[in-house]
Amino acid sequence: MAETAIKLGGKRKPNLLDELREMLPQGNLNLCLTCGLCSSGCPSSSFDDMDPRKFLRMLSLGMDEEILASRWPWFCSMCQRCSRVCPMQIDIPQMIYKLRQKVPRSERPKGILHSCDAALANESLSAMGTSPEDFEWIVNDVLEETQTDQPEFKDLEAPLDKEGAHFLVNQNSREPMTEPDEMVPLWKILHQVGASWTYPKTAWAAENYCLFMADDEGWEHITRKAAEVTDKLGCKIFLNTE
Amino acid sequence: MRKSFGDAIADDLRYALKACIGEENFIDMQPNKSNNYCCGGGGGFLQSGFPEERRGYGKIKDDQIKETGATYVIAGCHNCHAQIHDLSEHFGGGYHVVHFWTILCLALGILSPKERAYLGPDLKKVNVFHDEIEVFEV
Ligand code: SF4
Ligand code: SF4
Repeated sequence: MAETAIKLGGKRKPNLLDELREMLPQGNLNLCLTCGLCSSGCPSSSFDDMDPRKFLRMLSLGMDEEILASRWPWFCSMCQRCSRVCPMQIDIPQMIYKLRQKVPRSERPKGILHSCDAALANESLSAMGTSPEDFEWIVNDVLEETQTDQPEFKDLEAPLDKEGAHFLVNQNSREPMTEPDEMVPLWKILHQVGASWTYPKTAWAAENYCLFMADDEGWEHITRKAAEVTDKLGCKIFLNTE
Repeated sequence: MRKSFGDAIADDLRYALKACIGEENFIDMQPNKSNNYCCGGGGGFLQSGFPEERRGYGKIKDDQIKETGATYVIAGCHNCHAQIHDLSEHFGGGYHVVHFWTILCLALGILSPKERAYLGPDLKKVNVFHDEIEVFEV
């Protein structure tokens, strides 16, 4: 027997788990039963030899380097199928979101990065860079054509910035930019039921790539702008069509 | 569904859809509602530049759809629409992907030729509103 007790030297270095701990129920990853329900129901299990349970095990073993080098956080669609069935309420996608943030912004997947940056650069918040003026022009053009070609809908409306409308409706940029006629069925339905609605002239774009980017600031900016214009116009309900 | 309004809204959607197409023409996939699998278009997957993994993820959805034998799939959002459309082409399922507004207007008899981009040949000419409007395919 040793004369004196052996003491492990040095202070434990803070690791990834410490950073993610606040997201865990009672801050304790040992709550994970390793039952594997998360992994068996996750469509991303096995890509790059990874799955949700393994990810948690690696986290608890302090394999930070391996986790940070993994592409797997980008293979998670944030669908929450894992956390829904987890008996211990461990929110895996929320942790994966935090891991995405550990990647330097400029090194996150280009497609998402460019769409997020494009949205932040215009008042429409459109990931396709559509300006408020272009949106207004396209909407009015499609509306006039429909009113003319389909006279039963001569009173069809697609208002922009109409104060006091009940619903504020947003619009994915894909329609005005690549398939504007696809906007018409929605207008017709709203017209048929006599809904009072409006598009906003700004912050009308429904997509939010900054969320996928795990860019909290950008995400908040886009969400706040949409909420602000809804309040400014006095609309009661924000109808997200995305 | 799973992430926001729960199964109640899934039931609302089924009620409205069945009213449009008839009870007998609706086939639910398995599993469904809150237990369903994500198609793999969300969370930025479509734009992140990992097509192999994205389609690998979506294979489960593709199998689910093929299992129903349905010709049309209703997609809830643009990401799903683009992803399932790609799955149909990539894995050769050949099913069509439409937004619910298309089906609703079709049933109401107010869907013009221009608003039928995603309908297959079997429905392109059904119940057409203003048949005389010409569409120039691009
Ligand atoms: S489902 Fe929950 S408890 Fe089971 S292995 Fe996954 S994280 Fe752990
Ligand atoms: S949220 Fe991510 S980890 Fe969880 S089941 Fe969905 S894809 Fe898998």
